[in-house]
Amino acid sequence: MSVLVYTESEKGKFKKAAFEVASYAKAVADQMGTTVTAIAVNADDVSELGTYGVDKVLKVNDGKMDAFNAKTYANVIKQAAEKEGTKVVILSQSADSKYLAPILAVNLDAGYASNVVAAPTSASPFTVKRTAFTNKAFNFTTIDTDVKVVGVSNNSFGLVENSGSASAEAFSPNIPDNGVHVDSVDKASNKVSIADAEIVVSGGRGLKGPENWGMIEELANVLGAATACSKPVSDLGWRPHSEHVGQTGKPVASNLYIAVGISGAIQHLAGINASKVKVVINSDPEAPFFKAADYGVVGDAFDVVPRLTEKLKEFKAQNA
Amino acid sequence: MKILVCISHVPDTTSKINFTDGDTKFDTNGVQFVINPNDEFGLTRAMWFKEKQGATVDVVNVGGPETEPTLRKALAIGADGAIRVNTPATDGYAVAKQLANVVKDGGYDLVIAGRESIDYNGAMVPGMLAELIGANFVTNCINLEVDGTNAKAVREIDGGKETVSTTLPLVIGGQKGLVEESDLRIPNMRGIMMARQKPLKVMEPVDVSTETSTVKFEKPAPKGAVKLVSPDNLDELVSLLHNEAKVI
Repeated sequence: MSVLVYTESEKGKFKKAAFEVASYAKAVADQMGTTVTAIAVNADDVSELGTYGVDKVLKVNDGKMDAFNAKTYANVIKQAAEKEGTKVVILSQSADSKYLAPILAVNLDAGYASNVVAAPTSASPFTVKRTAFTNKAFNFTTIDTDVKVVGVSNNSFGLVENSGSASAEAFSPNIPDNGVHVDSVDKASNKVSIADAEIVVSGGRGLKGPENWGMIEELANVLGAATACSKPVSDLGWRPHSEHVGQTGKPVASNLYIAVGISGAIQHLAGINASKVKVVINSDPEAPFFKAADYGVVGDAFDVVPRLTEKLKEFKAQNA
Repeated sequence: MKILVCISHVPDTTSKINFTDGDTKFDTNGVQFVINPNDEFGLTRAMWFKEKQGATVDVVNVGGPETEPTLRKALAIGADGAIRVNTPATDGYAVAKQLANVVKDGGYDLVIAGRESIDYNGAMVPGMLAELIGANFVTNCINLEVDGTNAKAVREIDGGKETVSTTLPLVIGGQKGLVEESDLRIPNMRGIMMARQKPLKVMEPVDVSTETSTVKFEKPAPKGAVKLVSPDNLDELVSLLHNEAKVI
């Protein structure tokens, strides 16, 4: 009956989103009067999950699961759900979890709600609040099936610490081979990804050229932030498409989004407006982005950004 | 190769989002509907397969008669035929079940859908469809090559991309990158004239039950005005971010 949560790791270390979905699972379990079981794949140390309310961890350690395969992962999570008699499965909304979620839902005959941003408003009927219309509205949805799959948006529920500890149990599921094989992965290993970042620093055409991105990267470095860009910038080839955020690019739901030299076209705002706090630096006081922002600086990016970076360095040094 | 492109009929990005019937239904009044942007990239890629490798391309939508202009637009862009499953799109699962029936009925090898629609943003129909019909599935797909029954696809992942090999039958959740925005096609007059002659088949739905239901919609609380900070006083910005917004 326990709530099952899939806690993602990368190179053996849990992602922050894993602790967030664990916190969420704990809230659901409390509502339902049950416990939380996590499934962790090739993670080194699972004890940390206890801090976020997990009671038991099913540890899967198998080289066959090193490369991510959505169908295989969905199948393994299904086996864990069946073993635990789970009625609610909690996932993050990372690219991988979003990929496997619909497959898992079909396998479990479960209804699935994605982009969920708050604990269930009711456990029966099971009702969740999710974003819709590209963050221009919330949609309260009931999941009417016996088994339910819930995808929790990153940075929406937050981390909730508990005093508990988690017991670990080895779990050796049947690992089927599937029809999609990873040939190669091309990923910058030393950079924070946009999906995982708490802070995103994004640059637009106002930066005038790719050679000026150094100051965006420096600002991002000071903040431990990911870098992103607007659509014109990726269309012009100044930055890779993987950095393009907006409606047709990557969605951003960071705690802080700093937009430099981005006017704020509606398609851009659609992709980033799930971010909690938005700061805009733009020389044009009429830029539409100022209407969507929390804080704004009307000024030349080439003057403001390096000085802001210095101020933040001082701040970090004092508050380290 | 028989390709089916799933077309969501969605409000244009610039639409005002409002709700009616006690905030339980989307208010379509005055709203301009378009082909879902993620689907448009897939449709253009399908046209590329048709022209370069030889393929027939059908488009499909699950919805009422009001979605037909959107399907006609896809025909004007170059699809050979269109199918409308005559039932409202209720939830992702029900739509996937209807599409599964269309795929089985038409014997399609490749189904190209968008990674998500820009209205409900569920990102669930393509994956559910693939699982229901037992096809391979790649989502967030930014490149696709097909050679016989083998396919190579590039998937965008968090912080990068990965290249995968797979085989048909295949379902794709497509997005920008499948083709570039500059390659997207706008229907020309000849295409629009020809689209009138192309078949638009109305299929009656299969019997399915939904798994989720909308209780109500809610709009976010209106945002307060922006706080402007002088570029000569960036200490204030740092202080606001730390003490007020508490994000650094």
